[in-house]
Amino acid sequence: MAECHPVGFQWVMEAKARGATVIHVDPRFTRTSAMADLHVPLRAGSDIAFLGGLIRHVLENEKYFREYVLAYTNAATIVSEEFRDTEDLDGVFSGLDPRRRAYDFSSWRYEDAEVSAPSGLQEMRPEERDRVRGAARGEKHGSGGAEVSAGPMRIRTDETLRHPRCVFQILRRHFARYTPETVERICGIPQETFAKVCELITENSGRERTTAFVYSVGWTQHTVGVQYIRTAAILQTLLGNIGRPGGGILALRGHASIQGSTDIPTLFNLLPGYLPMPHADRGRDLEEYLRAETVRKGHWGNMRSYLVSLLKAWWGEAANADNDFCFDHLPRLTGDHGTYRTVLAQLDGVCKGYFLLGENPAVGSANARLQRLGMAKLDWLVVRDFSLIESATWWKDGPEIETGELRTEDIGTEVFFLPAAAHTEKSGSFTNTQRLLQWHRQAVEPAGDARSDLWFAFELGRRIRAKLADPAYRERHGLDDVEMDRPVLELTWDYPTEGRHGEPDAEAVLAEINGRDAAGRPLSSYLELRPDGSTSCGCWIYCGVYADGVNQADRRRPGSEQDWVAAEWGWAWPMNRRILYNRASADPAGRPWSERKAYLRWDESRRRWVGPDVPDFDPATPPDHEPPPDATGPEALSGTDAFIMQADGKAWLYAPSGLVDGPLPAHYEPQESPFANPLYGQRRNPVRSLPPPGREHFQPSDGERGAQVFPYVATTYRLTEHHTAGGMSRWLPRLSELQPEFFCEVSPELARERGLEHLGWATVITARSAIEARVLVTERMKPLRVQGRWLHQIGLPYHWGPNGLTTGDAANELAHIALDPNVHIQEVKALACDIRPGRRPRGRALRELVEEYRRRAGIDEQTGRQM
Amino acid sequence: MGWGDLLGRWPVWRQLTGADRTGRGAAARSAATDRLRPRTADADRVVKSICPYCAVGCGQNVYVRDGKVVQIEGDPDSPISRGRLCPKGSATLQLTTGPARETRVLYRRPHGTEWERLDLDTAMDMIADRVIKARRDGWQWTDDEGRRVRRTLGFASLGGATLDNEENYLIKKLFTALGAIQIENQARI
Repeated sequence: MAECHPVGFQWVMEAKARGATVIHVDPRFTRTSAMADLHVPLRAGSDIAFLGGLIRHVLENEKYFREYVLAYTNAATIVSEEFRDTEDLDGVFSGLDPRRRAYDFSSWRYEDAEVSAPSGLQEMRPEERDRVRGAARGEKHGSGGAEVSAGPMRIRTDETLRHPRCVFQILRRHFARYTPETVERICGIPQETFAKVCELITENSGRERTTAFVYSVGWTQHTVGVQYIRTAAILQTLLGNIGRPGGGILALRGHASIQGSTDIPTLFNLLPGYLPMPHADRGRDLEEYLRAETVRKGHWGNMRSYLVSLLKAWWGEAANADNDFCFDHLPRLTGDHGTYRTVLAQLDGVCKGYFLLGENPAVGSANARLQRLGMAKLDWLVVRDFSLIESATWWKDGPEIETGELRTEDIGTEVFFLPAAAHTEKSGSFTNTQRLLQWHRQAVEPAGDARSDLWFAFELGRRIRAKLADPAYRERHGLDDVEMDRPVLELTWDYPTEGRHGEPDAEAVLAEINGRDAAGRPLSSYLELRPDGSTSCGCWIYCGVYADGVNQADRRRPGSEQDWVAAEWGWAWPMNRRILYNRASADPAGRPWSERKAYLRWDESRRRWVGPDVPDFDPATPPDHEPPPDATGPEALSGTDAFIMQADGKAWLYAPSGLVDGPLPAHYEPQESPFANPLYGQRRNPVRSLPPPGREHFQPSDGERGAQVFPYVATTYRLTEHHTAGGMSRWLPRLSELQPEFFCEVSPELARERGLEHLGWATVITARSAIEARVLVTERMKPLRVQGRWLHQIGLPYHWGPNGLTTGDAANELAHIALDPNVHIQEVKALACDIRPGRRPRGRALRELVEEYRRRAGIDEQTGRQM
Repeated sequence: MGWGDLLGRWPVWRQLTGADRTGRGAAARSAATDRLRPRTADADRVVKSICPYCAVGCGQNVYVRDGKVVQIEGDPDSPISRGRLCPKGSATLQLTTGPARETRVLYRRPHGTEWERLDLDTAMDMIADRVIKARRDGWQWTDDEGRRVRRTLGFASLGGATLDNEENYLIKKLFTALGAIQIENQARI
């Protein structure tokens, strides 16, 4: 955090100054470790075992927050008799179909609850389920509100937590083998260090104290990435650290609006506000879509209002009750259409055109060579950026030109480079890592041809619509299918423009996102959205950001004039709420768990919830509220259903639906690992997503022939002085001077073992490629004792590429595209590799070196593809 | 001007006779020091902004003079950053006004070996034509199993995490209406 989010880290230091203990768990010693009370180095790719060990400690030593757990979690819920755990089946859950490499989730359900998980999947044929599953359905709903029951909910519970099939007892059995000895064997963390972590975390949780977990892509970029976060969620929920001040699991994100681009998603599987994109198998019409995706209870129960309001925002007058509000205008998914799948579609010649909007996959995406080979197959490529990044110039000077794999003259791709406007040259909002929308105002007009992406999208749409509406153009280009073009032609696409370049008014777009009532007045909350088409709203969770016609994201009352919550700076979704699930900050009766950790409380005399934040639900709902039995949606929530997005109102220690790789996290080794899995016969995540054979080479893992060829583990990371794939840092003299060259971090022991010299060169090799880096020999990298062997890890900052002021090989050349099956993210945080002294070969010899390694390791099309 | 005045302007004299015996404060001040003014002092206006790098969302003050950005500093009003910026945030002036910014459209024709210049209007028109064609070439009313999909696989888009919410909104809205589904950004990477 001190490295990549230094200004946010000031609050960790403030907490430390007031007595907080800071623990840093990371394979490398960084600036964060330097400021921490305790640095815990561990093997990259072993965090589930580490967190699982903490969960076991909490359960076995009765350190959980019992009242919180009973009131707000599903600990007491009884699970179906058919469920079998990884502990029973040597590393897989019940329902695994080895042929299809997919789970049937029906046995994971709550007892007596009609499962539909992730909502509706069970009604389908197995092959239909695979396709829906492939479409990243787990990500819909953002906060995880998959359905648990189709009918009126009568979930069986045992409040004594003794029933052998209650979630609590299942958890105990599941984590029983994650002992301190196991943690030591898998993670390389000595038992005394682990005991210290257990003690610090449990002593700092409960009524009087809260503990926060902060993570970044070190947890997500794995073939079990989602389950890493699930493990943390189980731990934090058991300790009562969710929904309370000083608690939580906080994702630190690395781009100014990466949260915003998930909320208003430029993502294949989502519509704005985490509404799922319709799927061909379950989205034939509006009713079928809503039947499949809506849950009965909680705020997802009003999905019809959210979706119809979105369709009204997009298709305006054309959208009405008689035509399903233009639902059929939406394209349908049939599986995974994520970015790595798109690269394969480019190689297959299916995807012919590509827009890169402030993104540099030739450096920043896994298996960078595959990214460039995909682009070389395109008809056209549009790159919008500040400078000539590698993704714009690979056809001229990319690594494949050097190796002779590609020849510039043979590449048919037409490339347009369009200069982009900077944030100072346009107005708009970023959503930061804490869901806070902050407006930046335009200071000056962009120079030359530089334009905002708002202008680009608006102008492109304007031109396409004009062409499609022109009979002569249609005639000339043989465009005879009018129905195909109706969604474009009927689109609401009329924004006021301003300034020298005719830039669209960003506030007008924000107003559309916020939504309007039938009279065109701005809405102030998503609770006002209606299912009948009388309201419009471009993103339901952002409804209220333009309340009263005022740009709430541009509120700038100085922090010094506000309380510590600072509710009048910017605007947080939903409803300007700063801590989610804040009902859990008070006990079931509405009293704060302790005065020290007070946040919201029920004020009986005023019959209202009071406190410094916006309460999770109607502030007049008393703690003892019982909904009528036939209530649905938010009205079905009781006064103690703190987890208002969940279909049972509870935090899920056990996830009966929503995840495709198990209701509980289990330790699996990375796709490529020098170690076996000591816990289970099942080595890796059995349902991880692999590309079809022929596009990617995987390495053997421990126990397989050739694994010793790649004995080390590389992990990629970022530096304070550079930004992601370098487009916003490698062209700046200041930042390039601060971090002038690509390097690899190795321990003195590894340097001795492989003859690496400090400041000399090293070549790092995987089955994909070989890269060279300057060697930084440092005690910051500590060899770890894992399964009775010494493991050396190698740190690789991934910012570099061949262009810019400071140049170097891209770490992503080494990475493969085995993906997490829930969200299709790549595993770049734990890569088995080899390292040797000296520079890498040039030209054709580079590919020959990689071929030689593949031969030595016996790698073929099937290597690493076993379930 | 008497000798006393002249002597009083000599830093060594002031260091020896004044309170600043280490010579690191008032004694070292010169007329040149007094004439120095911060770049921010002459700005015509200060524009409120947010740092474009990571997702902490630090506040920035953008100082503008004669229609040009002359300095970017941390905004002390921000309850998130309290005026601080990290090395990247502090380099924002160089990011936005440095010589590495391209300001002209560049074009590489198929099989071409060099960039060529193209005016923006022509480029936009060519791109619109290419989207229409790729969209149609990759169009599917139904998939290979006969299910209605109403979509195109002909073009894709990657990017958005560095852009504004309003920009992502228009991109998603337009490309979805065109039937494109391969719309992605850094959030999955």
